Amino acid sequence: MRTSATLPPPPRRSRQLWIERLTGAGFAMPAFVLLLLTNLLPLIAVFYLSLTDYEFGALDAAFVGLANVKKAFADPVIRRSISNTLIYVAIVLPGAVVLALVIAVLVHGRKRMRSFYEVAYFLPVTSTLIAMATVWQFLLHPRLGPVNGALRWLGLPEVPFLSDPAWALPTLAVIGIWQLLGFNMVLFLAGLSAIPKDLYEAAEIDGAASGIDRFLTITWPLLGPTTMFVIVTTSITAFKVFDTVAVMTRGGPMGSSEVLLYNIYLEGFQYFHTGYAAALTVIFLVFILAFSAFQTFALDRRVHY
Amino acid sequence: MGTAAALAQPLPAQATPARIRIGRLTSLAATHAVLLAGAAFMLLPFIWMLTTSLKSPGEIFSADFTLWPRKFSAVENYDRALTSAPLLRFALNGFIICFGILVVQLLVAIPCAYALAKLKFPGRNLLFVLVLLGLCIPVQVPALPLYIALAKLELLNTYFAIMFPFFLSVFAIFLFRQFFKGFPDDIIHAARLDGMSEFEIVWRIVVPSAWPAIAAFSVFSTVAHWNDLYWPLIVVSDTRLAPPPLGMMFFADAETGSNYGALTAAATILTAPLVIAFLVARRRFIEGITMTGVK
Repeated sequence: MRTSATLPPPPRRSRQLWIERLTGAGFAMPAFVLLLLTNLLPLIAVFYLSLTDYEFGALDAAFVGLANVKKAFADPVIRRSISNTLIYVAIVLPGAVVLALVIAVLVHGRKRMRSFYEVAYFLPVTSTLIAMATVWQFLLHPRLGPVNGALRWLGLPEVPFLSDPAWALPTLAVIGIWQLLGFNMVLFLAGLSAIPKDLYEAAEIDGAASGIDRFLTITWPLLGPTTMFVIVTTSITAFKVFDTVAVMTRGGPMGSSEVLLYNIYLEGFQYFHTGYAAALTVIFLVFILAFSAFQTFALDRRVHY
Repeated sequence: MGTAAALAQPLPAQATPARIRIGRLTSLAATHAVLLAGAAFMLLPFIWMLTTSLKSPGEIFSADFTLWPRKFSAVENYDRALTSAPLLRFALNGFIICFGILVVQLLVAIPCAYALAKLKFPGRNLLFVLVLLGLCIPVQVPALPLYIALAKLELLNTYFAIMFPFFLSVFAIFLFRQFFKGFPDDIIHAARLDGMSEFEIVWRIVVPSAWPAIAAFSVFSTVAHWNDLYWPLIVVSDTRLAPPPLGMMFFADAETGSNYGALTAAATILTAPLVIAFLVARRRFIEGITMTGVK
């Protein structure tokens, strides 16, 4: 208010504007240069490389157009790794979202035990997944692991979790859920605490007495935006699965747990088929962008309160 | 139970205080039973890791399972882990890498975010659109060209190569811009009239007020880079430069997966710094990691 009264005279004002433009550009410059170097130029380079048959270390490369993409979609290994990745997402997504919602609703009302539950469920999020993957490997070991020990004790047959092609991918998905659950729970808890208390009281007066009624009439609709966000971040995180595959199964047994990012890693940085790996990266990016676009679209359309 | 419910349903007036209390207690007990079972599943790997790291090999390989060790071999296991791989070096690498990345991220992102939030300059909108675009691109996408460039510059197997792709955090810019936008313009104008430079305004006035956002981002960044495997796996083959996850991978390969006492001891050592930090600063951690959603 005071500033409008003591506004500097016009010539100083335009000088001020000039200073502002220069400082603004100067402040943004380092970030812009790094954005170019670490993001934009590499992104353009990936698109360009995906159209060539360049192999890292080779002296020249030929322009091959969309041959790499065509090859990828015809390649049984890549087709299987894309479908494995989608199966993995299809297991992790409902598991990590529904369980997190249930846990969050149950934890939300607790007072004394709340911090204990928060710590217990959130611990896997902060822990180093690679180290924990080694522990999981041991837990699931056919003879030495306590999980199979418990199965034997119950009189059930042993399960070769990581060495049976039918079990490997679902097992990794359960570990994925274990890792993501606490993260989603905290997001849901934040959403829950944003719901006004008196809505529940009003619902109780209106006859929505049981917990399930209250959940369906108030909690679930009002959690819409949170749920949407959780679904999208979970899909993206699950789609980027790599660590557990690289450490626990290396894509095996018999390719049953090969996922897209693992194949990109192998093609690009182990076999050095750079052009082909770039095409796979473009496919990977298209999936990631589709998930993000879905969020923008859905958030604009349906879940506004 | 079915009959009791059927009796109680049509006549809620009959619900005596005692019955209500019993109902509440049952549902409370059920809630805790579900939550405790879930918590046991979440904590099992941690508990198993800790107790196995204390057990003797004979006990680890025996067919009957006991949670608590009967004979302690903690010293042997941890000694084996620490002597057969440079675990403390991996942890130190983790600190160096996380700290280096975080410092540059803050130095680059804060002025840029301030400029985007409070200053008018040519290209501002374009830059913001590029930042939003950058938010959707995971590091695995620019990895190939970055690897080729670093290889051509003969920079593979350096700390710089591990840190470089993360020096710019578009997420930090986005987050701080949102935060700075809420900072009152009047204070900035007053500071300008007092003759403060924009540089001073950013670092001495705006930044201290944005402390919660900066702390939360620091937690997010540290957790992400302490645990990152993909990029270090690509640019590091020298064991001495490995951050914790890559170090763990080297160690597990070298141990051929059989010496679980030493393996779990190593896992404990490499997981401990973040887990302890989390237990100490629980609120900050949960805020920092979840305010992002972008992993």
